[in-house]
Amino acid sequence: MRALDRKLFRDIRRLWAQSLAIAAVLSVGVMIMVMAFGTQRSLTETRDTFYDRARFADIWSQAARAPKTLVEEIAAIPGVARVEPRISQYAVMDLPDMDDPAMAQILSIPASGEPAMNALIVKEGRLPGFGRRDEVVVNEAFALAHDYGPGDALSVTLNGQKRDVRIVGVVLSPEFIYTIGPGSIMPDDERFGILWMAEDVLAAAFNLSGAFNSVTLSVTRGTDLAPVKDALETLLKPYGGTGPYDREQQISNAFLDGELEQLDVMARIVPPIFLVVSAFLVNMVLGRLIQLEREQIGLLKALGYSTGEIAAHYLKLSLGIGALGVALGWLMGLIASQAMASVYVEYFHFPYLVFVQRPSVYVIGAAAGLIAALAGALMAVRRVVGLSPAVAMSPPAPTRFRRGLFDRLIRVFRPEQPTMMIMRAIGRWPLRAALTSFGISISAAIIVAGLFMFDSFDELLDVAFVQANRQDAILEFALERPEEVLDAIEDLPGILVAEGSLSIPARLHHGHYTRTIGIEAARPDNDLVRVFDGDDRVEVAPEHGIVLAKRLAGHLDVGVGDMVEIEFLQEGDTRYRVPVTGTVAQFFGLSAYMDLETASRLLGQAPRVTLSNVVIDDAQRADLFEAVKASPAISGITYMSEVREGFDETIAESAGITLTIYTFMAALIAIGVVYNSARIQLSERARELASLRILGFTRGEVSYILLGELFILTLVAIPVGLVMGYGMAAAMVESFKSDLYALPLIVTDTTYWRAAGVVAGATVVSALIVRRRIDRMDLVAVMKTRE
Amino acid sequence: MANRMDKVFHTTGITKVYRTGEVEVHALRGVDAELYAGEFTVLLGASGSGKSTLLNILGGLDHATAGEAWFRDMELTAMSERELTRYRRDHVGFVFQFYNLVPSLTARENVALVTEIAKQPMKPEEALERVGLTHRLDHFPAEMSGGEQQRVAIARAIAKRPEVLLCDEPTGALDSRTGVQVLDALERINAELGTSTIVITHNAGIRAMAHRVVHFADGNIAEVTTNDTRVAASEIVW
Repeated sequence: MRALDRKLFRDIRRLWAQSLAIAAVLSVGVMIMVMAFGTQRSLTETRDTFYDRARFADIWSQAARAPKTLVEEIAAIPGVARVEPRISQYAVMDLPDMDDPAMAQILSIPASGEPAMNALIVKEGRLPGFGRRDEVVVNEAFALAHDYGPGDALSVTLNGQKRDVRIVGVVLSPEFIYTIGPGSIMPDDERFGILWMAEDVLAAAFNLSGAFNSVTLSVTRGTDLAPVKDALETLLKPYGGTGPYDREQQISNAFLDGELEQLDVMARIVPPIFLVVSAFLVNMVLGRLIQLEREQIGLLKALGYSTGEIAAHYLKLSLGIGALGVALGWLMGLIASQAMASVYVEYFHFPYLVFVQRPSVYVIGAAAGLIAALAGALMAVRRVVGLSPAVAMSPPAPTRFRRGLFDRLIRVFRPEQPTMMIMRAIGRWPLRAALTSFGISISAAIIVAGLFMFDSFDELLDVAFVQANRQDAILEFALERPEEVLDAIEDLPGILVAEGSLSIPARLHHGHYTRTIGIEAARPDNDLVRVFDGDDRVEVAPEHGIVLAKRLAGHLDVGVGDMVEIEFLQEGDTRYRVPVTGTVAQFFGLSAYMDLETASRLLGQAPRVTLSNVVIDDAQRADLFEAVKASPAISGITYMSEVREGFDETIAESAGITLTIYTFMAALIAIGVVYNSARIQLSERARELASLRILGFTRGEVSYILLGELFILTLVAIPVGLVMGYGMAAAMVESFKSDLYALPLIVTDTTYWRAAGVVAGATVVSALIVRRRIDRMDLVAVMKTRE
Repeated sequence: MANRMDKVFHTTGITKVYRTGEVEVHALRGVDAELYAGEFTVLLGASGSGKSTLLNILGGLDHATAGEAWFRDMELTAMSERELTRYRRDHVGFVFQFYNLVPSLTARENVALVTEIAKQPMKPEEALERVGLTHRLDHFPAEMSGGEQQRVAIARAIAKRPEVLLCDEPTGALDSRTGVQVLDALERINAELGTSTIVITHNAGIRAMAHRVVHFADGNIAEVTTNDTRVAASEIVW
């Protein structure tokens, strides 16, 4: 090994603590990059393969009742490759292992025995046999939640008729990679399942013989979807079509896309922070090392080493640190990827999750890590290697302190000499102080940005479950019912209050902006479900006009007072102009709200409802369930308390882990920055501090001079970091916003205090480690060394 | 031994001005010098008289403000940074007052630092043997005395078989006894290898061992003397 390389290794060994601190910060950046990109790629690839093999449809549409003769016409739409009519219904299930009724989405399997699109992957058992009217297959998540398998029985209420059915198979479907019931915000596989059964059974039960109420289409490659959707909509409109949608709006796919998007954001935003901080640390440490080795650099030059060779030597040192960080990052990335994979397996139901460890991801991660280390080194190296050897070998002139403005400012406070020294040090190297402070503030920002989500969830839960939704349960009707059905609901055992609401699929137009959404129409005196404007005031849809979710208003580019046009999808092309009378904060979905009377008038019908929000007397819960299971009208029931529990559980599960991870990452940065700063200060000022000790200063006083500066910088850094964290949180809220949901931007004081606490703690810990070195300083040896 | 009358260095009107802030320091004021191959030359003078500056310019460590400096037929003052590096690597050995060893490398490795980039180096062990440090090969600088460190520095300087050996106060940090050991090493190198050796000192006693003594005063050469009879290093006392 070359002598210069030997020096390199010994330098790294001597600087191991600092090198490790930098490598640790760097490794987090590499880890997140490897993990997020790796997971995203694996997930994308798995999804694409699954969609391809299972022939995932391109376009969906529901209708009330369309004749099968329409299928030929649909197939004739240019670009359509395949059409499959089917029956899709929601129904209440009575499960042997559960008192509460559960909800099912039932889909038909064509007489041919297998769907042509959205193929079912049989995990266990088989598909229903020809002519076997009592056979069903269920989605795997539901089967797992109940420990069901082939042979198990359950009953389902089809249009009021209770039927006993037998599970013959457990399947996966590309349509239900992420299964979420109507009205839910979290998957609840115990209470919501997908059932597939023979088409003729469903047709008979729902009076849909020779007809369909759902259709899926696939198109030939490269077909523009918009004209196909338009044509399909026109064809289905007379039959109660609710408007076609494509993969983008398909719920399961939309959630999957959202997740992929988040991974992408994570991989793009988080690693750079860590990489930049580590570049800064490398710069700081190497810069100091090079300064200390000024004479050695001069010597090497005198010996005939070229500037390039010397620069390469120090760059290699930084690469050594970089390589250490990359290796750590790879290892952690591998572990984290596997952890992520297990999370995804729980929430996303793929037939296989091929967790490809792509070399390219590791290469990119390594390149980013090494480049960061090199970038930091380059700046440090450039400063010194340019010196002429004679200059490099003569000791650097004493640092010039000036009586500048800053100095005069400090003097006003008449500090004692040690404080004066601290202040002068900050004033002398303002850039270094600023960068150090900035590094520390990033650590505070990371905690705020990582933990604000729980504050947001709290707010969201409070709004969703305490203020907005005060019903105990939602009863869904299979079909629209006259409003009078509510009287019958109130007569059910245990129902204290029942209010109705009508969901109307509609398209809103404003200029060239359009959006297909659901309008919720309700009576103005309804009190169980409320919506709020931005200032927590209840917003009620007026007699004339419409209230929009804020994000919807944004999409349509309308404000209060503007006119929008409503086109009801189940009706003709008529557009009704109505004023926007208010906008409301809404975290889930995109809705608009109207007065039931007004909506009914526009629709030209007597007021009807599609669901009822109810308050339940808990004592009669069991009786109510029996009645619900037996009721032909009710196709589903959702309990708010269970939705909330599911949400709470999910959050509680991740809260602990998230808290730990972000605290760890932030502490790493804070310690990396503070420890390295302190060590550098110590090496620069060892002589000065030793002189003070000899003059009679105590260890504490001397430590104060060294560490006081860092405490001051930390003190400045914390508020800056909190503000930065808020900014990052705002950016995250913005980037996570989708049609499915939006997070409110809430950061509580607890989160701020926590962030401040972690950073302060990390600073103190680093200071204590360095303090030990100050205490152990060998005064005589320090004084003897030449500067 | 090379012909005494071969000029190894000659300068005409070398001037060096340092600027620190508003102050201009004239380190050299138009020096004309001639130094000869194979000789042991001593540069004498008070501190600040310009001898170190001249040595740095001759060694390619520093640039002159004006004038010309030649190493044989190479004009040092006209050379680029890259050419000067080449020149130092191929022709010059340096010994400094404060040894300037790399603390994280052993004696052998410090010498290897040079032998690895030189054209026809001797083995590090051989160089260390010439300065009498065979028993210290694997010691780190911190484990050696000042005299030993300086002898490692000399071994490092001669290991590349340089044509000139430039020494800036090689005994400045040493006591008389270890200083003599270092001078002895230098004397032997000069005699055995014929390396032109230029030694800066303000210790007048050392002049007795030189072929030629150049006296500096106030940035210029005051006087050049030659010794007809030289005193061996071992007989010098201070």
